[in-house]
Amino acid sequence: MEIIHNILTYLGLGFILLGSVFLFLGALGIYRMPDLYNRLQAGTKASTLGAMSVVLGIGLLQPDWLIKLIIIILFIGFANPLSSHALARASYRAGIKPFFKKDIDAYANAVEKQLKKIRKKLQKLSN
Amino acid sequence: MHTHKFSLKKFSYTFIIVLLIWYGFTTSIQPAEIITGIIISLLIALISVKNFNCCDPILITPSHILYFIQYFFVFIGALIKANFDVARRVISPNLPINPGIVTFETKLTNDFAKMVLANSITLTPGTLMVDVIKNNFYVHWIDVTTEDPKEVYKEIAAPFENILLKIYN
Repeated sequence: MEIIHNILTYLGLGFILLGSVFLFLGALGIYRMPDLYNRLQAGTKASTLGAMSVVLGIGLLQPDWLIKLIIIILFIGFANPLSSHALARASYRAGIKPFFKKDIDAYANAVEKQLKKIRKKLQKLSN
Repeated sequence: MHTHKFSLKKFSYTFIIVLLIWYGFTTSIQPAEIITGIIISLLIALISVKNFNCCDPILITPSHILYFIQYFFVFIGALIKANFDVARRVISPNLPINPGIVTFETKLTNDFAKMVLANSITLTPGTLMVDVIKNNFYVHWIDVTTEDPKEVYKEIAAPFENILLKIYN
C-alpha cells in the first residue's frame, strides 16, 4: 500500500512538473510569436496539454478527486480549442490581418463573398 | 442537421449526460444529493435540449467504442507531438515559421463530427481552425508546405476524418 502511494505521488508530481514546463513554453510562445494567430497557436496547444497534465497530476496526488478532475480535463479539451477558434474567427472578421511571409490566404475570398451577400441584403432592405 | 424540435429521445440523452456529470462532480450516494441532481438535471435538460445535438444520430455499438478508443489515442499522440512542435519553434532563435491560411473540403455531414474534427485540428501540430463555412474548413497553418486543398486534406485532416467517417457515416 505504502509503495503504491509513493509511486502515485511521484507520478503526480512528474505530471505537474511536465505540465508547468509546457505552460511556460506556451507563455514564451505568446511572447515571441509575431501576430495574434500564431500566438493563439502556441497558446492553445501548450495551455491545453499543460493544464490537462497539471490537473491529472493533482488527481494522482488526491485519488478521491480523480472523477471530478477527469470531467474537468474533458471540459478543458473541448473548451480550449473552441474558444481559440472563436477568437481567431472574430479577429479576422474585425480586420486584424495575419502576418505572412508569402501571401497565402484562402480565407479572404470566402469572407469577401459572405460580406457581399450581406451588403446586398442590406441594400434590398434599405430600398 | 438543425432539428430544433423537441423529441423524447433527445431529451433523455441530454438528461442522462447532465445527470452523469452531476454524479461525477458530487460522487456521493446520499438521497438528498441524488434527488437534487435529478431535479436540476431535468431543469437543465429542458432548457438546453433544443441546442444539444451531439448524440442523436448514432447508435453506439461495440465497434464504435473501439473507434472512439482509437480516436482518443490518435488524438493524444497528435496533441503531444503538437506541444513538442510548438516548443521547438519557440525555442529556436530564428523562429522558423511560414504562416498562411489554407482551405480543404470535408466529407463529414454531421455537425457534431465536424466540431470534433475542427477541435482536433486546432490541437494538432501547427494548425488552427479559423472558420467552417458549409463543408469548407479554413485553417491557419504555421508552416505551409502546400496550398492544394487535396494535399492539405491529406496532411491535416485525413487521420482524424477517416475514423470519424467510420463512426458517423
